[in-house]
Amino acid sequence: MSGLITPFLMQSAVQAITPILLASLAGVLCGRVGVFNMALEGQMLIGAFAGVVGSYVTHSAAGGVAAAMLAAVVFSLILAYGATIFRGDSVVICIGMNLLASGLTAYLLRVMFGVSGTFSDPAIVSLAKIRITAIQDIPIVGWGFARQTPLTWAAWALVAIVSVVLFKTPLGLRLRGVGEQPDAAETLGIDVRAYRVVTVLVAGALAGLAGAQLSLGAVSVFAEDMTAGRGWIAVVAVMLGRRNPLYAAAACVLFGFADAFSVKLQSQGLPNQLTDISPYVVTLAALVLSHRRRTRALVSPEVAAATPGGMAEPQADAR
Amino acid sequence: MPNDGSLPTASPPAAPELSATGIVKRYGALLANDHIDLSVARGEIHAVMGENGAGKSTLMSILYGLQQPDEGRVLLRGEEVHFRSALDAIGKGMGMVHQAFKLFHSLSVWENIVYGAEPRRGVFIDRAAARRAVADLAARHRLAVDPDAIVSKLSVGVRQRVEILKALYRDARILILDEPTAVLTPQERDSLFAVMRHLAAEGRTILFVTHKLHEVMAITDRVTVLRDGRVVERMTTAETNPREIVRAMTGRSVSLTVEKGLSHPGATLLEAIDLTIAAPGGKPLVDKIALKVRGGEIVGLAGVAGNGQSELVEALVGLRRLDGGKVLVGGIDVTDSDVAARRAAGIAYIPEDRASVGSALAASAADNLAMGFHRTPPLARGGLIDAAAVARRARALIAKFGVKIASESAPVGSLSGGNLQKVVVARELSHAAPALIAEQPTRGVDVGAIEFIHGQLVAERAAGRAVLLVSSELSEILALSDRILVMYEGRVLADVPQDKANEETLGLLMAGRAPEAA
Repeated sequence: MSGLITPFLMQSAVQAITPILLASLAGVLCGRVGVFNMALEGQMLIGAFAGVVGSYVTHSAAGGVAAAMLAAVVFSLILAYGATIFRGDSVVICIGMNLLASGLTAYLLRVMFGVSGTFSDPAIVSLAKIRITAIQDIPIVGWGFARQTPLTWAAWALVAIVSVVLFKTPLGLRLRGVGEQPDAAETLGIDVRAYRVVTVLVAGALAGLAGAQLSLGAVSVFAEDMTAGRGWIAVVAVMLGRRNPLYAAAACVLFGFADAFSVKLQSQGLPNQLTDISPYVVTLAALVLSHRRRTRALVSPEVAAATPGGMAEPQADAR
Repeated sequence: MPNDGSLPTASPPAAPELSATGIVKRYGALLANDHIDLSVARGEIHAVMGENGAGKSTLMSILYGLQQPDEGRVLLRGEEVHFRSALDAIGKGMGMVHQAFKLFHSLSVWENIVYGAEPRRGVFIDRAAARRAVADLAARHRLAVDPDAIVSKLSVGVRQRVEILKALYRDARILILDEPTAVLTPQERDSLFAVMRHLAAEGRTILFVTHKLHEVMAITDRVTVLRDGRVVERMTTAETNPREIVRAMTGRSVSLTVEKGLSHPGATLLEAIDLTIAAPGGKPLVDKIALKVRGGEIVGLAGVAGNGQSELVEALVGLRRLDGGKVLVGGIDVTDSDVAARRAAGIAYIPEDRASVGSALAASAADNLAMGFHRTPPLARGGLIDAAAVARRARALIAKFGVKIASESAPVGSLSGGNLQKVVVARELSHAAPALIAEQPTRGVDVGAIEFIHGQLVAERAAGRAVLLVSSELSEILALSDRILVMYEGRVLADVPQDKANEETLGLLMAGRAPEAA
């Protein structure tokens, strides 16, 4: 085992976890207010593209991150208003957003930079790594975090922040109520739509951060469809984690390691077409296993009936 | 903002606590509230009665700020108020307990109660203060409830206490209770009444919306009766009687008791033997139930909702697979038959949920009445449906059962609850099956329709059919049944002949107390 977990593997695992983690926090927040956000993939892609553009234009990584967040928030207006004011079906809206993000970024790539496929330029400044020499020799965790971007640290801080907000503050209580029983929240004077709109936009900013990490974290390049399913893995992490930020983070860790291991296996000589599927295999396996466990622990038919859709998780909200 | 319990003392003779004058509300052409005047004194328990569609719900929505009146004024303690939302109303001391509770099931009791008005410490919720406030409030109003319990694990009666505490936490001085007893056992109802009296004695005012006459007689001070959007009668409870109230509600005199002759039970037409339905990882939902219904008798199946009645009925009609036992119709084993085969063998079924199980809301009355009869002549010929025959049949049934509908081609989704139920009853009775299973046949329908449906069930009995009546309404069970089975946690606790049954013994059984050897 010691040969398997190396400083390099830990570093690439933590790096792989970051975008999924940020996106899954976005998904957790949306899920808590009752908006099923399947557009994480598209939101990340917009963030990744805008991050590269921002960095290219401002010659600064911070400018790229700001652009990524702003663009993803604007893009999220579609979901924020579509699923609330216009009472659209969030699944349909999200599918549309994902297709739009893919097509729009490819189109803008051609129009703005005259290239297709990938865009890289020396003017794009990538995110600086924070080097912490004090921890770089601590096995596992130290290896993982000794050289990471500020966004990685931000992602883990956000796990704690989102948890505290959700479970310890009045705002969190209201968010949880809005998602579970909107008309009950309404009768207590809560403006359900406003809570939803703002939450979806905040989540959009997080997904934008995820995109920036993707295009400016390890590399400084934008490639068409570079999210490559990470947004979908984040959606699965949200469901596996039952919209609890800590559990969702645990799921992300699992997927991040699967990702890192796939790179490792590749270097052992396995064909990369095979190793590339490992995160998705792990995702499927985790989904099936957790579903089996959950149906067995089913509480009461009444509760099941009160929670339509696969997103809702009535009882087991750990706090 | 938990209140400290001391309400300002009234300065006599004060303005009424609540008064509404000339309230008008229109929905398109429909006049839901037609110049309604309502006046309620402080500390009074005031019943608002009326049939479905009389305008009670609209009026309550206006008083609670959920709707705005087109005309008229609402005064609280003599001061005019304009509620634009429920929040405005809550701020002025209004509280409402809705018929369908509005609770967050995965959250704890205290979280439900403080939601939207949380005590804070810095940016955090002051959990200790919140729990203390809830515990104090519960103790003072004798509404026993554990602040940390998760709502989904609570019984309906306790959930209702949480709803009341929610209003009291916001210091509601006028409490609207919308059909609060519909889901309670008699014992839970009695404890609710005790709480209501206590609140009224404290100077709070209660608007009690209900269909149930004996409850109005038992607990209220005055009654306002609505019909067709208008106030038709204002009465002092002590000076009136149920018959007068019903006459005011319906505009005619309605028989409150069911006349039925002696029963002459014949052969067993519907039978369940050791019927079992397992629950995944828990106690069985239905646990080896044996049940016989003979021709010419009505067997009542009583119980608080959720004790396995629905599952039992689904298993009898073929909507749910059995995990053990048998179902016999007219002596024939139909355990392995599907719904259609069971209907053919002789089961008619009036489902509990008329809107989603009993009918297709978007389909016409004619189509709804034809369902189940659409495969065979006279409605089907050579594999095609004879539209003229379907319409003819529908017109005949609509006339016979007195369904109020524009035409047989109108969708049934537009009908009131009572009329929709008549469509379902008409279809099922036209089946003329030996065994009839009627599940909550009068839930949410008005007094006139109840009288009609009860009459039909008694006629079925007289025609020698077996009727299984499933109802959570004890008065209905007592009025119609020849024998009464009480279900509790998946089992039949007792089989009581009608003459030995009364509300109290059945209520205790429904709460799970085994019959005492007396």
